Amino acid sequence: MAVIEVNKDNFASEVLSSDKPVVADFYADWCGPCKALRPILEELSGEREDVKFVSVNIDDEDELADEYDVSSIPCVVVFKNGQEAARSIGIKPKDAIEEMVGGA
Amino acid sequence: MYDIIIVGAGPAGMTAAIYGRRAGKSVLVLEAASYGGQIINTPDVENYPSAAHISGFDLATQIYEQAKALGAEFAFEKVTGIEDGDVKTVVTAKNRYEGRTVIIATGSENRKLGVAGEDELVGRGVSYCATCDGAFYRKKTVAVVGGGNTALEDALYLADLAEKVYLIHRRDQFRGDETTVARLRERENVELVLNSRVTGLIAEKKLKAVEVTDKDGNTSQLEVNGLFVAVGRVPENQNFASVIELDGAGYAVAGENCRTRSAGIFVAGDNRVKDVRQLVTATADGAVAATEAIKYLA
Repeated sequence: MAVIEVNKDNFASEVLSSDKPVVADFYADWCGPCKALRPILEELSGEREDVKFVSVNIDDEDELADEYDVSSIPCVVVFKNGQEAARSIGIKPKDAIEEMVGGA
Repeated sequence: MYDIIIVGAGPAGMTAAIYGRRAGKSVLVLEAASYGGQIINTPDVENYPSAAHISGFDLATQIYEQAKALGAEFAFEKVTGIEDGDVKTVVTAKNRYEGRTVIIATGSENRKLGVAGEDELVGRGVSYCATCDGAFYRKKTVAVVGGGNTALEDALYLADLAEKVYLIHRRDQFRGDETTVARLRERENVELVLNSRVTGLIAEKKLKAVEVTDKDGNTSQLEVNGLFVAVGRVPENQNFASVIELDGAGYAVAGENCRTRSAGIFVAGDNRVKDVRQLVTATADGAVAATEAIKYLA
């Protein structure tokens, strides 16, 4: 699995209606820490078939960033059954992200 | 057993790894989450020789790839302590690594205000990086806390984006450059709140206002969407106080040769006592510390 880019048109179907937990990475191209975090998420996406990984470009998708009160990036939000279950700001090690996802 | 264990994968630590590998030593670099260090927050680096214009992340990535290609090993685990001896043990949350020498290159982290609710509001109004997060506050009201150059430059940067910027400082004089202060004073949307400290954060899921207390003890509230904290940095040496000497501000006491009071343990980069903290002085420390470690191993 890879990290799939999502936008406001498919956010509901890809994230909110997902039957798997979703790790959403809110990022921007100009954000260095976001670039440092991405390989960690990509690695994890290869290990966790039971979790979906998506990314949201906050410059293109400012409505989504606004809706989810993202005001610092990188911001990782874990969604379960369409609800926010956990959130972290900044670069986190792989096991911290796994801990946020929980047993899934 | 490694010849050299390096704690911290910023420019200092990764440069030490390059020097260690080029001398044929086995090298392990330990870092909490990802390589790069503080520089990855900088969008444009223009003072690193030979790189006229490069992002901090790209520069860090090049140093990382260079160290990897030379055979340095990296493990992403937070180091919690070092045990001294003929063989040193570097302890992480998961493992214990043995090394003949250790180079501590942990750098520094943002100093917090120390106000209740601060940690919970990071990402919900509280930020330590104006250039990273300023874009979220277009046409909004923000406050910057601090009196040094970072605070002044943050306020100036935010004045171009936000509708209104308060600059809160506990004294009536700034430590930062006069010219930046003068430029701030010219900005109509910047209001200086002097002789004042932030003493409370008022939030409802996200930051709504800050409570400010002036030198006479009077409190008031400023409605803000964002608070940018720029009150300096703290060296990340706390876990190593048993093996290195720290000064009053927490910096590792070591001269230009990067040696500490423990033979075979060296410090390199921003967490060392020094006057100039720049990329080039960090990488220079990395080279010196690795060279000293190689001498110690001989």
